[in-house]
Amino acid sequence: MAYPKNYSYSKEHEWIKVEGGVATIGITDYAQHELGDVVFVELPKPGTKIEAGKSFGTVESVKAVSEIYAPAAGEVIEANGELQNTPEKINTDPHGTAWLIKVRLTSAAELSGLMDAAAYEAYIAAKGQEASA
Amino acid sequence: MESPATSQKSALRKTPLNALHRRLGAKMVNFDGWDMPVEYPSSGGLIAEHKAVRGSVGVFDVSHMGDIRIHSGARPGGALAAVQHISMNDASKLAIGQAHYSAMLYAEGTFVDDVIVHRLGEDDYLLVINAGTREKDVRWVRENTKSFDCVVEDLSDAYTQLAIQGPRAMELMTKLTDARLDGLKNYWFTHGTVCGLKNTLIARTGYTGEDGFEIYVPSDVATSEKVWNQVMEAGREFAAVPCGLGCRNTLRLESKMALYGHEISDKINVWEAGLDRYCKMEKGDFVGRAALERAKAAGLRRTLVGIEMIDRGIARDEYCCCDEAGNAIGVVTSGSPSPTLGKNIALVYVPPAYSAVGTVLYVEIRGQKCKAQVVPTPFYKRPKKAAVQQVS
Repeated sequence: MAYPKNYSYSKEHEWIKVEGGVATIGITDYAQHELGDVVFVELPKPGTKIEAGKSFGTVESVKAVSEIYAPAAGEVIEANGELQNTPEKINTDPHGTAWLIKVRLTSAAELSGLMDAAAYEAYIAAKGQEASA
Repeated sequence: MESPATSQKSALRKTPLNALHRRLGAKMVNFDGWDMPVEYPSSGGLIAEHKAVRGSVGVFDVSHMGDIRIHSGARPGGALAAVQHISMNDASKLAIGQAHYSAMLYAEGTFVDDVIVHRLGEDDYLLVINAGTREKDVRWVRENTKSFDCVVEDLSDAYTQLAIQGPRAMELMTKLTDARLDGLKNYWFTHGTVCGLKNTLIARTGYTGEDGFEIYVPSDVATSEKVWNQVMEAGREFAAVPCGLGCRNTLRLESKMALYGHEISDKINVWEAGLDRYCKMEKGDFVGRAALERAKAAGLRRTLVGIEMIDRGIARDEYCCCDEAGNAIGVVTSGSPSPTLGKNIALVYVPPAYSAVGTVLYVEIRGQKCKAQVVPTPFYKRPKKAAVQQVS
């Protein structure tokens, strides 16, 4: 699956897309693949303040629970309610309809420290090599 | 997101099919020191693999399991006496060609390991043991059979063990062997030519709660891969898929089969684990018997029950259980979504007062008290087959 060029990526495998001060956050295709079949998602309510680098929710597969870390600070304005009944969408469309939350960013400058698509692809390619070594 | 399975590559043990799993693109994890496939994206992943086993057939590499053979020394009878001494079920009841579930116990009545005992010959037994406990088990068996006239052989590395599991496992296996399998009852085994390999052990056993077979073939890579490929080829018409340890766990959990280190361990005794029917106190002395007698007289402090989540949330291994007031009452030994039932299920040790079906209790999930209730187990029982095949 292609990694959109207009997204930024974290080392913990979240993506963030910013449009006019509002960021959409999700997990990457690499992350969903590592997790396997997603069966449960727990997301913060609108109004919740999230902090960069801190966990704001969980995504669970049959086998494992994964914390989701905020790639930037802000206030949640919407959580993707559809995922409550169809969490498996995270496996099929992680960069699109299976976004997790929308956030009003505290400061746009915070996005520094994240990777662009090319850097992230290199990052996960290196991880793949590590795993098969 | 944190990586769910950070694999430590150093010194992991590999089965003869390791390279094949990697070629298939399996996701590999460290399971008790073994580099094992947890799921195969090419099979559709854990849930698809689980459903294949419940609905048709799936194939597992379980070569990490250990195998101990105990046979006669100078005089016949020594092996049986040794097996009777080290395991809780009554091996004198086994016919040649029959197997049963049993366990080896410490003097405290707690578990060294659970085991399938196969009677291979007149005074000749094969004990199939867990991967993570192999060395410990072999040492313990040698130590505890010293005074018996028998020979103990560790054959763990001699076999590649494949489990072919599911309602269509019989049809698949019938294509690969000249052995008559239709008359082979559950927990019996036979020997026959499989994939051209003469005298192959074929057992109607498994760890999925489904019909199925386990076969034991020579462990060289070439033979192991040849057999795996022929099994998959024969299974194509049944949509057989490679299955990993992920669905092996969800399948056995639905069927309430114990996993060492979870439902059974050196801290848990036979009565607590609810394995009474495999423990034959009347057969004579065996290691752990005296402690079990005392434990029985003292009464149960905790017992294993199945629960189903009522609130949203998944109970996971080692999560705490509490009563309505928040008092801790027990711990989850295994918990997972159940792909067959579409519910979140778990096995939990609780005081007997909380063990009745319908009892409400709570699981602490990330600081939240989530409601659950005790349900009958096994969570899943396979549909009964035609009466003809059910005889004894």
